[in-house]
Amino acid sequence: MSSTPPAGELLSAPEGLLSIEALRVRFPGTNAPALEDVSLAVGRGECLGVVGESGAGKSLTFLAAFGLLPAGAEVSGRARLGTTELLGLTERALDRIRGRRVGLVFQDPMSSLTPHLTVGAQVAEVLRRHLGLGARAARTRAGELLERVRLGDAGRRMRQYPHELSGGMRQRVMIAIALACEPQLLIADEPTTALDVTLQAQLLALLAQIKREQHMALVLITHDFGAVAGLADRVAVMRAGRVIESGTAAQVFGAPRETYTRELLRAAGEPPGVPAAPSAPAGAAVLEVSDLEVRFAHGTGLLRRRLFTALESVSLELAGGQALGIVGESGCGKSTLTRAALRLVRARGGRVVWLGRDVSALAPRYLRHLRRDLQLIFQDPLASLDPHLTVERLVGEPLEIHLSALPPAERLARTRSMLERVGLEPALYGRRPHELSGGQCQRVGIARAMILAPRLLVCDEPLSALDVRAQRQIRLLLEELRGEQGTSLLFVSHDLALVRRLCERALVLYRGRMVELGPSAALFERPLHPYTRELIEAIALADPALQPARLAKVALGEPPAPLASPGGCAFRARCPHATAVCAEQRPPWVSAGPGRWVACHHFGQWADGML
Amino acid sequence: MSRSERRRRGGLALAAALLAVLVLLSLIGPRASPYSYSALDWRHLAVPPGLAGQHWLGTDSLGRDLYVRTLYGLRLSLVIGVLASAVSVLIGVAWGAAAGWVGGRLDAWMMRVVDVLYALPYLFIVLILAALFGRGNLAVLLLGIGAVGWLTLARVVRAQTLSLKRREFIEAARATGLSGAQVLWRHVLPNLAGTVVVYATLLVPQMIVYESFLSFLGLGVEPPRASLGSLINAGARQMLSAPWLLLVPATVLILLLLAFNLLGDGLRDVLDPTGR
Repeated sequence: MSSTPPAGELLSAPEGLLSIEALRVRFPGTNAPALEDVSLAVGRGECLGVVGESGAGKSLTFLAAFGLLPAGAEVSGRARLGTTELLGLTERALDRIRGRRVGLVFQDPMSSLTPHLTVGAQVAEVLRRHLGLGARAARTRAGELLERVRLGDAGRRMRQYPHELSGGMRQRVMIAIALACEPQLLIADEPTTALDVTLQAQLLALLAQIKREQHMALVLITHDFGAVAGLADRVAVMRAGRVIESGTAAQVFGAPRETYTRELLRAAGEPPGVPAAPSAPAGAAVLEVSDLEVRFAHGTGLLRRRLFTALESVSLELAGGQALGIVGESGCGKSTLTRAALRLVRARGGRVVWLGRDVSALAPRYLRHLRRDLQLIFQDPLASLDPHLTVERLVGEPLEIHLSALPPAERLARTRSMLERVGLEPALYGRRPHELSGGQCQRVGIARAMILAPRLLVCDEPLSALDVRAQRQIRLLLEELRGEQGTSLLFVSHDLALVRRLCERALVLYRGRMVELGPSAALFERPLHPYTRELIEAIALADPALQPARLAKVALGEPPAPLASPGGCAFRARCPHATAVCAEQRPPWVSAGPGRWVACHHFGQWADGML
Repeated sequence: MSRSERRRRGGLALAAALLAVLVLLSLIGPRASPYSYSALDWRHLAVPPGLAGQHWLGTDSLGRDLYVRTLYGLRLSLVIGVLASAVSVLIGVAWGAAAGWVGGRLDAWMMRVVDVLYALPYLFIVLILAALFGRGNLAVLLLGIGAVGWLTLARVVRAQTLSLKRREFIEAARATGLSGAQVLWRHVLPNLAGTVVVYATLLVPQMIVYESFLSFLGLGVEPPRASLGSLINAGARQMLSAPWLLLVPATVLILLLLAFNLLGDGLRDVLDPTGR
């Protein structure tokens, strides 16, 4: 890590590179300014973390400084890059700065890349435009840049189109484009928010390394204190268009002055050691799944459809009142497992038992009445609510369907008390989903699921689309509801720390196969599968004393592509402990202590440091 | 209420007012004049507007009062346009939603039927119907133009249903325990409403134009009865000698089309809660 600047006056960093003073932005037709008196500074080679919830004005500050606001916005104040005053520059002068002296990386790499050009061409375009390189030189340099950002197999990837790359790869391409002209300053706006934990850690580690090696200044805009802790020398906290607190990372994390900062820190950094919710005495099984297998048709072959195995021999059992977490990276089959367990997608093989009743062979229309006891909460709260219904109707609908004999007045009363229970104001009851915030939408989704008092609640990444504070509130709400109603929980997440807080047991999936199952505390403290350990290491701790060292250990590269041959262990291409046997035999699912199961040939050995 | 929203609501109010005026005029307007739509006035042949007593908008070459005939034509055009559109919407939505929702083989079969009907010229259908039931039969006219009106709508509705089917809230509804019919009725059809209403308001003027074309060919409204289309066609033939015969019904038709288009835009904004 680069040295922390001496504590002292924060707004005048020793070697000021970018300094923003008293920036104020107002949009026409609004009364209150969107930004008020924002002052920030970034020194050369330094990382500034800008933290706050969505709508706090984090991105707006930098968009305003670099002239990227829509026409009509009133901007006043000062913003200097080196000795250049940025505000009031012509569009042409700004073009010479953006992309050249300053690189920008945005949250959604898909919408920032042009779909009809190969990624190599897009990197080369920046080089030709800003540095005047010839076509061939630009291509060569583009290849180097893509290798610089550790895009695996860069030569081949260059000729691919954005939609052929994964989210993590696309974000690497965006970073390569931003780095193309060796900028003095890189502004990364929520660069990892759309990615899962492992990719998040890899990209942050990559940014840290590039910053160190190129002595480049970095502005990391995020809502996540964990992301900032590993990188930032200094931190600014924004709220409602103002900087409410700033200081060195140690100061802000160690001794936050503002209550709001403390609240954000608490949301991000509850130590993972907090035990999971007190478990109710285990009742009869609410859900049993055995040897579940799901395949999807993949691609549109003319003669034959290729099948993609999304889930393979997955079994689990969930007792009444218990919570089971399902963990893994995107694409590992977590969501498919929940859909197959709820019989929303067709399984190719295996058995599903709901509340002691085998439903594997039941036709969908017989399942309808049973669904009352098994409800689902979705990841994207907005997409999962019918846009034309009001909050009240959305939450009342399950009652209309399953308790149609209920008189309307009674239904309304129950709906209202449920809405009150999840903390929604009566003023919101007549609104439609798009008029609500993400957190409010998720509350509606929870109310809709819980109004029938189900025996099992399946949550598919219910928090990952939300802000930190909303995440914490929704998590607490889920815990409370679970305690009150004794509902069992099947909780899907890519975040092991979250599963640790909520669930007694956790199941780790990798590429549609089970790799480890056990009590979440034990799993966390002594992972038996190398993949579980990777997931744990990827968790970002909101502690600037520990996180940089943890980040330094993260592998920088894209995980290697899965091997084509179906035999053996699916994880072996990525596994630091793989041996010959891993390629030949599929690791058996074996018991490894009380309540613990693992599928790894070497679990006993590597976990004990023998391999 | 934002400025743009106020303007949208303004458009809707204007359209509704214009349409109300046109409908009222077509219903009670003719009573204000002493003439009937078919009465011939031999003393005033082809007089321009305002020059001959109570023929406020002039007369045609047979001395029929243009004011009364235009409003009478407006009434007939409105009736044909609205009825034919309503029939088209009913068939189109039912057909498209069923094909899109059920999918698979039924979908393929239903859409091939649409393709075949597309390939048949509607004129051909109308000719056969006219031969069977006699010319100038209003029911035949409705059936003939209604037979083509629903085809495009069925395709639009099917495509919308297919894309709605993949949306997450549909899966959420299934997970809640709704039956297929319940999901279709409660979550798919209401979300189609915006598209359908907009399309229907565009269908009405289209039907009016179809009808006028058929009238021009002598397959539609028979004289002495008149629709806006037949009046415009008659007027076009005397465009140079008696331009008012074209201008009056054409202006009314333009106002009518404008009213329906504004109405479509306004209704879409009100019905589509996401405010695209």
